[in-house]
Amino acid sequence: MSVVHRHRPEPAELDDADRRIVNRLQDGLPLVERPYAAVAAELDLSEGELLYRLERLLEDGVLSRFGPMYHAERLGGGLTLAALEVPEADYERVTAAVNAFPEVAHNYRREHRLNMWFVLATETPERIGETIEAIEAATGLAVFNMPKQEEFHVRLHLPV
Amino acid sequence: MSVSTCPSEPLAEDAGANGLDAIDRVIVLATQAGLPLVPDPWGAVGKPLGLAGEEVRARLQRMQQSGVIRRIAAVPNHYRLGYVANGMTVWDVDDAHIDRLGREVAAIPGVSHCYRRPRHLPEWPYNLFVMLHGKSQAEVERQAEALRERLGEACRDHRILYSSRILKKTGLRLARRPGPPR
Repeated sequence: MSVVHRHRPEPAELDDADRRIVNRLQDGLPLVERPYAAVAAELDLSEGELLYRLERLLEDGVLSRFGPMYHAERLGGGLTLAALEVPEADYERVTAAVNAFPEVAHNYRREHRLNMWFVLATETPERIGETIEAIEAATGLAVFNMPKQEEFHVRLHLPV
Repeated sequence: MSVSTCPSEPLAEDAGANGLDAIDRVIVLATQAGLPLVPDPWGAVGKPLGLAGEEVRARLQRMQQSGVIRRIAAVPNHYRLGYVANGMTVWDVDDAHIDRLGREVAAIPGVSHCYRRPRHLPEWPYNLFVMLHGKSQAEVERQAEALRERLGEACRDHRILYSSRILKKTGLRLARRPGPPR
């Protein structure tokens, strides 16, 4: 379920049941035999209604994904955050060049001298360096590589 | 990621350093786009792979226990939930105190990700990255102020870098397509 947003989407209108689903499912699905039925019972919904609403929340882009969240490094992969200082006049060309790399998982414009920030995910840690060199060759810009040295916390939870 | 993507490569090697065997990896590939929205998702994942639902569930459970899977969950689109202010706050923190302070800051409400990363002097003096999410920039600035107080004199400087455009968001793709187990 890959989503490419060119612009910032508008806030969605959610009813009470949608909100309960979004809040509950950010915490994780239990690994039980009928997991959706178990969560539906907690939320006072039928299994069918939960599945229907979950599908709609994904289609509407309220949720960008539903499934296992893998820990890239523990899977043996490489992961890093990198930034570029892109001249304004060249921004569209550089965006296209960077996004063309399948290793680029997310890419955000941010308001700073370093104005393009992207996450690279590669099949092996060694591939990070090669990918950075390829991006430098494709863009003509120096990549600031900022791999994490210590993880203090990762837990996105946005209550609605 | 150490997942084999070439169907001609043998998949039946021993479990690697991360403790995953070939069947685990096939399950990873089959679920990277998401979990099926059907009453028995484990069975639905297993069927095309020739695996029983119970085995899929047991293996996912094991991967969750070992930390390969953080959890099986919904990933919200921040903007669609009204979190229109998403600030990457970056802090120049005294190296002697960053491990303790990083852990303290991670416990502040609103913080989703908190990492130590390398400086790139002179352009980039910041070594602590903290993601904050709010319904307005004022809310993010209040959260940043709380962080600033917690960091105290160990922090020399900080910035809030708001995202102004999503240029790409595909999530982590471990490989382009799952191959059948063999």
